Amino acid sequence: MSERPKRRSTTKMVPMPSQAIIPERDVHDIPVLEARHLGIEFGGLKAVDDFNLTIGKTEIAGLIGPNGAGKTTVFNLLTKVYEPTTGAVLINGRDLHGLSIVQASKLGIARTFQNIRLFDKMTVEENVRIGLHNQIKYDMLSGILRLPRYWKQEKRQHEKAMELLDIFGMQDLADEVAGSLPYGVQRRLEIVRALATDPKLLLLDEPAAGMNPHETEELMENIAKIRDRFQIAILLIEHDMSLVMGVCEGICVLNFGRVIAKGTADEIQANPVVIEAYLGKKKEAAT
Amino acid sequence: MKLKRSTVDALTSYGIVIAAFVIAQLLISSGSMSRALQGQMIPICVYIVMAVSLNLVVGISGELSLGHAGFMSVGAFTGAIVSTWLLGAFNMENTTLRLLFAIIAGGLVAAVAGVLIGIPVLRLRGDYLAIVTLAFGEIIRSVVNCLYFSLDAGRLYVSFNSPDIPGKMIVSGPAGTKAIKTIATFPAGFVLILFTLFIVLNLINSRSGRAIKASRDNRIAAEAVGVNVTKYKMMAFVISAMLAGMAGALYGLNFSTFTAAKFKFDTSILVLVFVVLGGIGNIWGSIVAAALLTVLPELLRAFSDYRMLVYAIVLILVMLATNSPVLRGLFARLANLLRGKGADAPEKGGISRV
Ligand SMILES: Nc1ncnc2c1ncn2[C@@H]1O[C@H](COP(=O)(O)OP(=O)(O)OP(=O)(O)O)[C@@H](O)[C@H]1O
Ligand SMILES: [Mg+2]
Repeated sequence: MSERPKRRSTTKMVPMPSQAIIPERDVHDIPVLEARHLGIEFGGLKAVDDFNLTIGKTEIAGLIGPNGAGKTTVFNLLTKVYEPTTGAVLINGRDLHGLSIVQASKLGIARTFQNIRLFDKMTVEENVRIGLHNQIKYDMLSGILRLPRYWKQEKRQHEKAMELLDIFGMQDLADEVAGSLPYGVQRRLEIVRALATDPKLLLLDEPAAGMNPHETEELMENIAKIRDRFQIAILLIEHDMSLVMGVCEGICVLNFGRVIAKGTADEIQANPVVIEAYLGKKKEAAT
Repeated sequence: MKLKRSTVDALTSYGIVIAAFVIAQLLISSGSMSRALQGQMIPICVYIVMAVSLNLVVGISGELSLGHAGFMSVGAFTGAIVSTWLLGAFNMENTTLRLLFAIIAGGLVAAVAGVLIGIPVLRLRGDYLAIVTLAFGEIIRSVVNCLYFSLDAGRLYVSFNSPDIPGKMIVSGPAGTKAIKTIATFPAGFVLILFTLFIVLNLINSRSGRAIKASRDNRIAAEAVGVNVTKYKMMAFVISAMLAGMAGALYGLNFSTFTAAKFKFDTSILVLVFVVLGGIGNIWGSIVAAALLTVLPELLRAFSDYRMLVYAIVLILVMLATNSPVLRGLFARLANLLRGKGADAPEKGGISRV
């Protein structure tokens, strides 16, 4: 029997998230997002468990799954609304551990909300200007005393806001009160506001909810256009499968808080586990 | 050049305030304003500033504060002490200059109090914040009740809980201020209103003001686009405290003697009533409500014993009127007419609905 070593490393070794897939064009860049073993519990319920996802620099990715699967919770973990119980989130290689929502935003992550969260009483333009808060700045005193910097930056904000609103042809609505707009327009405004923060990763939580097929079609084209123009990554949650399959490159399927499949649209559509998760859901709905 | 609507609204506000001041001055100089009403001119200015500044916190920043009179108190005592000290120590005879310094000092000290109170208070939300601001208002009053200030040969003495300090007393605990020179003037109050409007309106229509409103409308969304919500709530709270302190200094220097009891919870609530009646977030409403409701008890003297009863009825009527869609529609059409846009232009934005 050989002599046992006096000291032993107590380091706990963990496997790194494998099976990461990203578009070929992005392999040479740092992934914009890396979620490693992400998990959170709410009173004993594991809403998200061992969630791993890597997104390439210019990828359009989809996050799908039945109702209550934990998709929105993943977004809340990525944007620091919740501090994860386990695991880590890396944005462009920077660990978000201990950071606030505001700090995460400054690192380049922006989102829209499933239940729209606009600044209802403010105008469309003001909503976008708030998105520009950290992009086109001036301090409080310049604002109160109306110093030259105020006029210059206000003008820049206005021009930039108009330019962004133009993505969805919304310039004419600039002076409308945000809360009075139709549902679909509000969803688009949320996207514009998020884009105003100059993100590297844009998270869209059910962007097509409440839109008619025609609007959804348009949205799909616009999502691709946004990626091409801003060269950013987009991760979207969506129940409309035609949109997901049409625009997403990599797709991640979540069920009961766990990833059950990852792959391209074709792979996901042919995956028996995914089909079962969705059919199972249908059966429940019927009862 | 086409001016922005907010700019037009702001200019209109200044114009109306200036016109009101000129009319009041004319009435006073022609002797057609009663002595009693003349005596109300400075308090009106003070309460307008109080209401507008509280509206910055309650309406624009969306936090219910029940301790606004506390900052007024800090400003009032600071102003009285600074004014007396400037006269005693530096022989500053010029009352305008003394008043100016007293108001600035009152604003600064109240702003510091605002920072100290804001740090713990703004961590709380909703009802908790309201209750804690109420407590702080009362704490300020209790502390001031134990403070003694005196002036001896140009030197200022302070003591806590004991009147054993040399020289002439300026502030003696629960008995309040002593023999302060009343140097407050109506024109000074008018300038303070303009100053307040300048700060508040310019703030609202700037990057910081939008961040304050965004934090009010949707905290999570504001944070998600990178707005530091706590910072902007603090900004609104401290500016509001500063303006209340300035109003307090003017108020204090209108009386040769006053006590901390003047700035009780009732006063905070009174100012809140002005804000609520004028419309939360509506700066104009605050001005009108504060002015009318400050003179109202004076105007109602004819009702003698029934004065407070009539006052209450008027409050209810005003509330009904400002909340009536018909009247609001009428006001909106009037406002549009004034802007020269025709009666059919839709009601939108502006200083009334920031
Ligand atoms: N703050 C919370 N406290 C307790 N439970 C929560 C909380 N947030 C989410 N959950 C639970 O976590 C689970 C996942 O919810 P989540 O909203 O992420 O689902 P989802 O996939 O977005 O569903 P949907 O498609 O309906 O939007 C649900 O069971 C939900 O009740
Ligand atoms: Mg969801």
